[in-house]
Amino acid sequence: MYPTDLKYAKSHEWIRIDGDDAVIGISAFAAGKLGDIVFVELPSTDTPLVAGESLGTIESVKAVSDIYSPVSGVVVEINSALEDAPETVNDSPYGDGWLVKVKLDGDIPVDLMDAKAYEEHCSTEE
Amino acid sequence: MTTISNETLRRTPFYENLKASGGKLVDFHGWELPVEFSGIIDEHNTVRTAVGLFDVSHMGEVLIEGPGAMGLVQRLVTNNAAKLSDGQICYTPMCYPDGTIVDDCLVYRYSAIRFLVVINASNVDKDYAWIMEEAKKSGEAPGSVQVTNLSDSYGQLAIQGPAAERVLATLTRTDLSSIAYYHFVDPVEVAGVSTLVSRTGYTGEDGFEIYVPDIDSAKAGKVWNAVMEAGRPHGIKPIGLGARDTLRLEARLMLYGNDIDETTTPIEAGLSWTVKLKKGVEFNGMARMAEQKASGVARRLVGFEMVGKGVPRHGYPLAAADGSPVGQVTSGSFAPFIKKYIGLGYVKPELTEVGTPLFVEIRGRKVEARVVPTPFYSREK
Repeated sequence: MYPTDLKYAKSHEWIRIDGDDAVIGISAFAAGKLGDIVFVELPSTDTPLVAGESLGTIESVKAVSDIYSPVSGVVVEINSALEDAPETVNDSPYGDGWLVKVKLDGDIPVDLMDAKAYEEHCSTEE
Repeated sequence: MTTISNETLRRTPFYENLKASGGKLVDFHGWELPVEFSGIIDEHNTVRTAVGLFDVSHMGEVLIEGPGAMGLVQRLVTNNAAKLSDGQICYTPMCYPDGTIVDDCLVYRYSAIRFLVVINASNVDKDYAWIMEEAKKSGEAPGSVQVTNLSDSYGQLAIQGPAAERVLATLTRTDLSSIAYYHFVDPVEVAGVSTLVSRTGYTGEDGFEIYVPDIDSAKAGKVWNAVMEAGRPHGIKPIGLGARDTLRLEARLMLYGNDIDETTTPIEAGLSWTVKLKKGVEFNGMARMAEQKASGVARRLVGFEMVGKGVPRHGYPLAAADGSPVGQVTSGSFAPFIKKYIGLGYVKPELTEVGTPLFVEIRGRKVEARVVPTPFYSREK
């Protein structure tokens, strides 16, 4: 149900490892709970990120949600297409709706879950 | 109305229909109601381009009858109930003696001795207590006015959108085209159920509000299913509270608790058109209204749209171009049909001219906005 090539945080962000980099996004579970996304606030490139800390916000019509970085590193690319089309996060949360790409600093945290563990985690939050 | 309590939350008679339609239920002022079904943006645009169905049973209804009814209503509200014809409705604030707002409501005039006042769900108990207290103070002979809270016995649906009349017309023998805007007919048989139908709504589109008296779940199911079935060829969808809010904001309709409350007057809120100082009888707040109309106000509600990137929301600070604080956002959102980020807020009168630059403070960052004319959206007539 959740892409198996990704790792997931309890706060519903995912990462895809790409060599020394990781791409970060939010899961379909999170996007579904948020509803129609109308605005995404992302950090600028070269911003350092710390695992567990907020890297920006995602806003739906009704709510503002922090995006927590699952990893530590430095932002190398942001998905600027989301500026004019924030709904892409709803339409394609694992593909075109990616948020930022970071150059990893250190190992990825051990408490990130695989798809199966994440699915179980989501069922406890229903 | 049959309400089955779920511990603390009340349910409307349409609860099963809302659930069956996939409504995402939330706590809305103590009611278990859907914030959305297919999604706020989709629902919003469906109402603007086709037709949508809302359960609005949480609204309140207070009946005011008797020879003293006109006198009481005229004192309670700023608008002129004596100018209404039988079967006509007016939108009006209801003020305290100091001119601040108890609630905004619709006054349905059956006759000079019978009025139905439709009030916000969040204020039902407060308004009823207020009306009862005012009735006691009434100059009319005791017993000349009866006030009845019918909120629990009415269910209410709203069908709104360009196709609303076409859809509802298939369910009644009443000629809906004869019901003019802000008029009503009672009774109107809809899907075999006796109802009151008014051409009113909270969306800025054409449409009707359908009041079902003495409602039970059988009547509710009958009317809901009939409307959804009749609306199917037109693409009807059930609409939740989220879209109800974005629709009314585009149309610059007030939300009590956000844009108007017990600290604001109708003149400050841009509702001067509802204040009939010359109606010939004294009403609550009249002196303050007269003073404000003559000398001006310290703040006025304006509409703005974002120029910079960000979503304005209730409570966010507003600043002038020079950075000085000037007020607060009362309502703000992404507007799905006009595809802009818009809001309302109170500012000093000097800053109300269209084009005036403002700043909205969004999580510590000042984002540029500008004053725009309202309503933000008007339907083609």
